[in-house]
Amino acid sequence: MWSFEKLTQWIDTSLHGCMSDGWALLVEFVLIGVAVLVAYALIALFLIYAERKICGFFQCRLGPNRVGKWGIFQSVADMIKILLKELVHIDRSDKVLFRMASFFVIIGSICTFGALPFAKGLQAIDFNVGVFYLLAVSSLGVVGILLAGWSSNSKYSMIGAMRSGAQLISYEISAGLSLMVIVVFSGTMQLSEIVAQQADGWFIFKGHVPACIAFLTYLIAGHAETNRGPFDMPEAESELTAGYHTEYSGIQFGFFYLAEYLNLFIVAAIATTMFLGGWQPLHIPGWEGFNHAMDCIPSLLWFFGKTCVCMFLAMWVRWSFPRLRIDQLLSLEWKILMPVCLLNLILMSVVVIL
Amino acid sequence: MKEKMSDRFGWFAGEAATVADGREVFTVPADRMPEAAAFLKECGYNFLVDMVGMDYGDALGVIDYVARSENTADVVVLKTSVTDRERPVIPSVGAVWEVALMYEREVHDFFGIRFAGNGDMRRLFLRESWNGYPLRKDYDASPEANPVPLENESLADMDTVPSVEAGPDGRERTVLRPLYGEEDYVINFGPQHPAMHGVLHLRVALDGEIVRSVDPHFGYIHRGVEKLCEGYTYPQILHLTDRLDYLSGTMNRHAFCLCCEKALQMDVPERAVVIRTIFDELTRIASHLLGWGSMCMDMGAVTAFMYGLRDREKIMDIFEETAGGRLMANYNVIGGVACDLHPNFRKRVKEFIPYMRKMLREHHMLYTGNPIATGRMAGTGYLSRERAIALGVTGPSGRASGWANDLRRAEPYAAYGRVEFEELLRTGGMTFDRYIIRLNEIEQSLRIIEQLIDNIPEGPYAEKVKGVIKLPQGDYFQRVENARGQFGVHIASRGDKTPYRVKFRSPSMVLVGALKDVAPGGKVADLIMLGGSFDYVIPCIDR
Amino acid sequence: MKVANYIKNIFVGIWHLGQGMYVTMLNFCRPKVTQQYPENRGRREYGERFRALLTMSHDAGNHHKCIACGMCMNNCPNGTIQVVARTETDPATGKPKRVLDKHLYNLGSCIFCGLCVSVCPTGAIRFTNEFEHAVFTKERLLLQLNRPGSSLAPKPAPAPKPAAPAPGGGAASPEARTESKTE
Repeated sequence: MWSFEKLTQWIDTSLHGCMSDGWALLVEFVLIGVAVLVAYALIALFLIYAERKICGFFQCRLGPNRVGKWGIFQSVADMIKILLKELVHIDRSDKVLFRMASFFVIIGSICTFGALPFAKGLQAIDFNVGVFYLLAVSSLGVVGILLAGWSSNSKYSMIGAMRSGAQLISYEISAGLSLMVIVVFSGTMQLSEIVAQQADGWFIFKGHVPACIAFLTYLIAGHAETNRGPFDMPEAESELTAGYHTEYSGIQFGFFYLAEYLNLFIVAAIATTMFLGGWQPLHIPGWEGFNHAMDCIPSLLWFFGKTCVCMFLAMWVRWSFPRLRIDQLLSLEWKILMPVCLLNLILMSVVVIL
Repeated sequence: MKEKMSDRFGWFAGEAATVADGREVFTVPADRMPEAAAFLKECGYNFLVDMVGMDYGDALGVIDYVARSENTADVVVLKTSVTDRERPVIPSVGAVWEVALMYEREVHDFFGIRFAGNGDMRRLFLRESWNGYPLRKDYDASPEANPVPLENESLADMDTVPSVEAGPDGRERTVLRPLYGEEDYVINFGPQHPAMHGVLHLRVALDGEIVRSVDPHFGYIHRGVEKLCEGYTYPQILHLTDRLDYLSGTMNRHAFCLCCEKALQMDVPERAVVIRTIFDELTRIASHLLGWGSMCMDMGAVTAFMYGLRDREKIMDIFEETAGGRLMANYNVIGGVACDLHPNFRKRVKEFIPYMRKMLREHHMLYTGNPIATGRMAGTGYLSRERAIALGVTGPSGRASGWANDLRRAEPYAAYGRVEFEELLRTGGMTFDRYIIRLNEIEQSLRIIEQLIDNIPEGPYAEKVKGVIKLPQGDYFQRVENARGQFGVHIASRGDKTPYRVKFRSPSMVLVGALKDVAPGGKVADLIMLGGSFDYVIPCIDR
Repeated sequence: MKVANYIKNIFVGIWHLGQGMYVTMLNFCRPKVTQQYPENRGRREYGERFRALLTMSHDAGNHHKCIACGMCMNNCPNGTIQVVARTETDPATGKPKRVLDKHLYNLGSCIFCGLCVSVCPTGAIRFTNEFEHAVFTKERLLLQLNRPGSSLAPKPAPAPKPAAPAPGGGAASPEARTESKTE
């Protein structure tokens, strides 16, 4: 299987060949930063288009179909529109916090995005506490949402932000516990190591029943963390018009919007990495020919393919179910998900010990 | 009733009781209103159908239509009037029939009659600073009298409640009190809000997520339909009726046509009667589908809304083909229907019935069993039968509380007397009951259509009417069961080609009134869902 | 027992959620109902009775049937129609009669109630289903229904009976009867 390491190594050696070590490192940082941001924007554009199209199909509509063939340039047009829009500042709002809030949200999601192993040898940074890092950084978003709600000087935003605070903090517990199951099973927090361990079988197959349960609970908790229906209480367009970002406009709103879609991608990508083998192809022990054929598919495609399946699942759920009420939401977490996750973690520990 | 009234009240003279339009009418002096009302309630007349304000020229008055909740077809009329046009005061009957509190505000708004004992004498539709009372005959309609305001309506006006009470010296005086305290967290839902089904404005006091009180404000799209009617001929009024509750336009128009036909003592051809019934039921299905869809959307399920609209579109196509209009079918006319059925009509309706049955099954699968939906709907928004009657909540919402108020059963008009259908009743009174009763009523409507579609008699589709229609002098009141409840038309005619006064009973208005009663204690999400489950239509309120 | 119920509820809930997802997936795979408007011109059929535009039909000889009685104008609730007529002396009988000059129709204030068509004694005007009304200025919504130079259609020579009244329109107006006599 072709590894991106060859490409990155080649760039590294050629840079070192023509400049000093310090400069080469700086150029590499810039290159990686640009690559991450470009990938971020492209994936967001694709996701917005895909979501609208898929949502349309679920609703017996065609979805966007005017800009370009099948509307494929719709999200580009949307982006241009959103960039051209006026930034409206609310009277008697806390201007500094108001502007900062959207950056918190987007930085949180970019930081998480940067640490994902996209393909063989394609990972910007490989922490030895990768899982811990992902959990820590992805919870930065909630600060932004709370700030947005607080600084907007709007009652709708305020209620939305308070709901969001309750929701995100609760569901992070389940998401974290579900990932812990895999950490216990694999014995490492390093993402590259976790992926490497799945070469002979994905954790969802290898990890017995606990891994399957953890996969489900992670999907639910992760879905809730992305603030998407049926967990879109903080926005709840029929109740709070747009929740915490009611007062935002233009690109500031765009940041929230991008972050929402990228969080969807990130949750799907983490699920892929932890449970579905990351970029590892599907290997069935004993079937050499099949395994070899699977190896011919590039690892990047494997990763994005699996992520897309997870995202489709999330969209399917979103466009099928009504929104939960805040007390139902919290009782789902504290009375069902969390006990299940804890039991599951114990179960996994038992499995590992045996 | 007349004998009972005479027995009970010494002051009640025999000639004060007459029969008009098939109903007993009791005319009582204004200061006797509360006791007469209380007596009627004792006799079982506990459902105030409608309260009509009247300007008789020399006097101002109100006409109350009161029905028995066991049999809503049994209506008696209570009339009163006062001659003082400067400071007219009539004692409130709100203590007897609670829904009167809201009707009295409407009468106050349009006629300037103040009701002593009603704790809330704000205007219902117009802003507090409006000059004059529009439905009085001597109203100055010139734009100079009420220039377009350049400033927002003041919140202080909205939240200060005047009421008329007896002062220490025995004279009535106006008492002002604020609606909200300092510590209330008041939030505006509407007039522009995704879930307000139009331009309803709710001022909601919250305690965190919990609703403490709801105060509805109407009038954002008030078009003065009742005033317009006074200048229109009867056929011209017909097109306004479609625009009240636009989701049950055909039924509203049916009510007006029935009222005129009753006054003219005209027989409608059998063919027209059956066609009208089929159209009413198709409209009911369309309305319930939209009601179901928008309730689901209020709960966050946008997909269900699309499915509801998709199925409703089939009905709109059928309407378009036969009647020439989709939402505003403009199909019923006085004496029959506007044009004959399209040759395709029968075929398309027959195709629609199995399609709708299949889709209903899907709708149930998608939503009715959904644990999120049922978890939200069960146990919230409780409206008891007694409260439903007191608040005048008719239609599917009333029937979900166990109150049999279906006029198609109680007072079968059109072809309802000869078709089989169930009057669906549920006893829960919860949001879920209101939700499920709509879907089940679609099934009943399909049943009615199925029985009629093959039995449309041949013959003329409309009775010939004179070019100029003049109703004989008198008051006429006719109700039909529209998709939201009892829709009533009151026509007061003085024998001219235009009516003297027209009043429409809006089933939606009382539904919003009920929101005030049901919503407190629930969450914000419940309030929005309640709005969806009552399924009110704002243009019907803002006539 | 309680625990059993708790677990059972979870599974029943998942089963119903699955049913809901099945329905949405079913619709995902179904043909879509969206009408793509400008592209489907000519392919989608609009109800022939659809009231979208008031027109006055003219025959090959540029003749219409309007006798300028003004019934449509008087019956219109919104004052949408204005019938401008002049009085001419009929050369055959010497009696004065009304002749249509302009039949003005303001599409912008029409509410498509159809009263004008139903009261028209001669069936001169009717609604067509041409619904594409978007224009850039309000003035372009002011239409003149009779074509320039058009005139009242002469009645066929035998003229045994007056024209049949339109449905619901009651008896033909006096003007119509005079017409048929004089022609």
